[in-house]
Amino acid sequence: MKNQIERHTIRLKVVNTVGVMARITGLVSQRGYNIYSIIATPTEDPSFYTVHLVLQESEEKIEQITKQLNKLVDVIKVTDISHNKNYIVREFIMVRVSTSKHRSDILQLFDVFEAKMLDLTQNYAVASLTGSPRKIKRFIDAIQPYGIQELDRSGEFAVLDV
Amino acid sequence: MNGSEIIIDALKKEGTDTLFAFPGGVVIPIFNALYGESELKVILNRHEQAAVHAADGYARATGKVGVALVTSGPGATNTITGIATAKLDSIPIVVITGQVKRDFIGTDGFQEVDMSGLTRPISKHNYLVSDIEDLPRIMKEAFYIARTGRPGPVSIDIPVDILNSLLKNYTYPKDVKLPGYKPTIQGNPKQIKKLAQTIQHAEKPLFYTGGGIIAAGAEKELLAVIEKTNIPFVTTLMGLGSIDAAHPLFLGMPGMHGRYAANHAMMQCDLMIAVGARFDDRVTGDISRFAPHATIAHIDIDPAEIGKNVKTDIPVVGDAKYILSELNELLKPRKRNGWCDSVTTWKEEQPLSYTMENGEDCPPQYVIERLNALAQEDAIIVTDVGQHQMFTALYYRHRQARAFISSGGLGTMGFGLPAAMGAALAHPGRQVVAICGDGGFQMNIQELTTCALNGIPVKAVVLNNQYLGMVRQWQELFWNKRYSSVCLKQRPDCPPECQGPTGSCEGTYLPDFVKVAEANGVMGLRARTAAEVDAVLKEGLAHPGPVVMEFLVKKEENVYPMVPGNKAIDEIIMGKKK
Repeated sequence: MKNQIERHTIRLKVVNTVGVMARITGLVSQRGYNIYSIIATPTEDPSFYTVHLVLQESEEKIEQITKQLNKLVDVIKVTDISHNKNYIVREFIMVRVSTSKHRSDILQLFDVFEAKMLDLTQNYAVASLTGSPRKIKRFIDAIQPYGIQELDRSGEFAVLDV
Repeated sequence: MNGSEIIIDALKKEGTDTLFAFPGGVVIPIFNALYGESELKVILNRHEQAAVHAADGYARATGKVGVALVTSGPGATNTITGIATAKLDSIPIVVITGQVKRDFIGTDGFQEVDMSGLTRPISKHNYLVSDIEDLPRIMKEAFYIARTGRPGPVSIDIPVDILNSLLKNYTYPKDVKLPGYKPTIQGNPKQIKKLAQTIQHAEKPLFYTGGGIIAAGAEKELLAVIEKTNIPFVTTLMGLGSIDAAHPLFLGMPGMHGRYAANHAMMQCDLMIAVGARFDDRVTGDISRFAPHATIAHIDIDPAEIGKNVKTDIPVVGDAKYILSELNELLKPRKRNGWCDSVTTWKEEQPLSYTMENGEDCPPQYVIERLNALAQEDAIIVTDVGQHQMFTALYYRHRQARAFISSGGLGTMGFGLPAAMGAALAHPGRQVVAICGDGGFQMNIQELTTCALNGIPVKAVVLNNQYLGMVRQWQELFWNKRYSSVCLKQRPDCPPECQGPTGSCEGTYLPDFVKVAEANGVMGLRARTAAEVDAVLKEGLAHPGPVVMEFLVKKEENVYPMVPGNKAIDEIIMGKKK
């Protein structure tokens, strides 16, 4: 469905130059779209960066923004990864949860979701988790009632699984 | 060589012969290097916005890259309107701005402004030079990016310490290496073949051509295809002149102020072949009702234009000149008498019309018709923005490419006079006419001085209706004649709800354009009636230097045809019949 709003992960190969992120985010907001998440990371070649841009828009709009992104001189390649059936999306999160009340319940939840415990004190626990967007959402939903003190998310990134 | 000298050397190597410039603190090093310069003509405009419009006019008249050079801070911000104007119309210019020295960037230094931030959304590309080593490459890339692919403005911001730095072993690069910038020139052969077949079978096809024809220099190729296939065509404001408007298959400009035949042909065709046009809202009207019967084919060098506003059935990405010539090879001659007869009948049955009665003020359309008759065949006609612009688009016979220059996409008032200066400097010896309204003419009127001092023989035609006419027209038609802030004679003692001129509002119109012209060292002429039009035009056009010809015209004349906003383009309000 062309008009259905879906999450699209767009992977960009860009030149490692001052202002390239400003160009990308500026273009997206200039055309009236919202960014769900964006990550820029160095590649094995220091002259390039990889950007993962996640947008929640209709197919039609994604097509237009992809074309516009392609026009940026500092953008080498744009791939809407979500177009490919075989791709893996992951997000990394870190969370600090209050343990003053339901300590054992929380620890059990960490176990179930295979979250990695990073620190544990009398008052709080810190854990990290890597997973698919679905898993991350379910984990956050599950721990929400116990009182999240702090939640930090990497944003989604993806790789083609050819 | 130092940074300043490198810039000048690069400009020369890129074929720049004219520089539209205004100095200031941080660019003194470049002006120092220009001191006594004989190969580059430096035009000192009186406002940075005008410098950019002049560079733009130079580019539109020639296809070469126009160049403006200004200082940081306010000098830089004054270029913004000019850069955005060039961006919306895909005009190749390079704008060089000075910047505070690198150490001061980010400190809110004197005359510091984030120029790369400001120009990011309105330029094709921009640079902040942060190392003298990069300067030659950036100059090369800037010109390359400006003129190739879909042309556009490129801004280069250069800190003053780089202008003063020395670069040993300077050589100007021969090539560019831009892995992220590779415009598609050749269209996909399969798509071209598919388009040829579709054209061959279409009963009611129509060419819809735009500024891309002129940018690509594809006028001959377009004419060849049109004449071989007998397909009528419409041309947008930006494309006027790409084929002589007297061509029997030309139906006129389409859109909000489009010709009846052009708009009806768009609504009734079964195949629309858009070439270098972008389905702008001023052309399509209500997009949901646009061209309901048509298969849409779209030839454009910019892939992002395809499918942006309308669903495209046959996209062909590439250079119009290349694709049209490939297409021509595949097409067979065909007559389409029924369709051609209908559209040309519309053209005859619904001509442009206005009324002219004795004792009434001169209609503005009449001035354009007389100018059309009296100007040289190859005159370059530049307009400002507003009613006069549409009258010129409609009533002037545009005969050749790059001879009609107008701010289409951005609709920039104040564009006309400086753009005409650029065109006149690019084509010495050719007649260049700047047609302006009395409102827009005042927006860069200071350039009359530049014209006079530099002997730039622009013939300014000012159609004075004492109003900001296009806004007044909208207020008349759609806002119950609530003429708010459009009368240029308005004074504090006017009635607060004025609905048009009456006998009791005979205050003096200001400024006196003839006196302004004369004060600037420019000849000033005025025609008060239709009877005086020819004499003024003849005298003004014959004068070797710059001239301001003011024509007092009907105050409340409207531009027709007109399609109100959000209407389908065949829901046209036609003008009064003669």
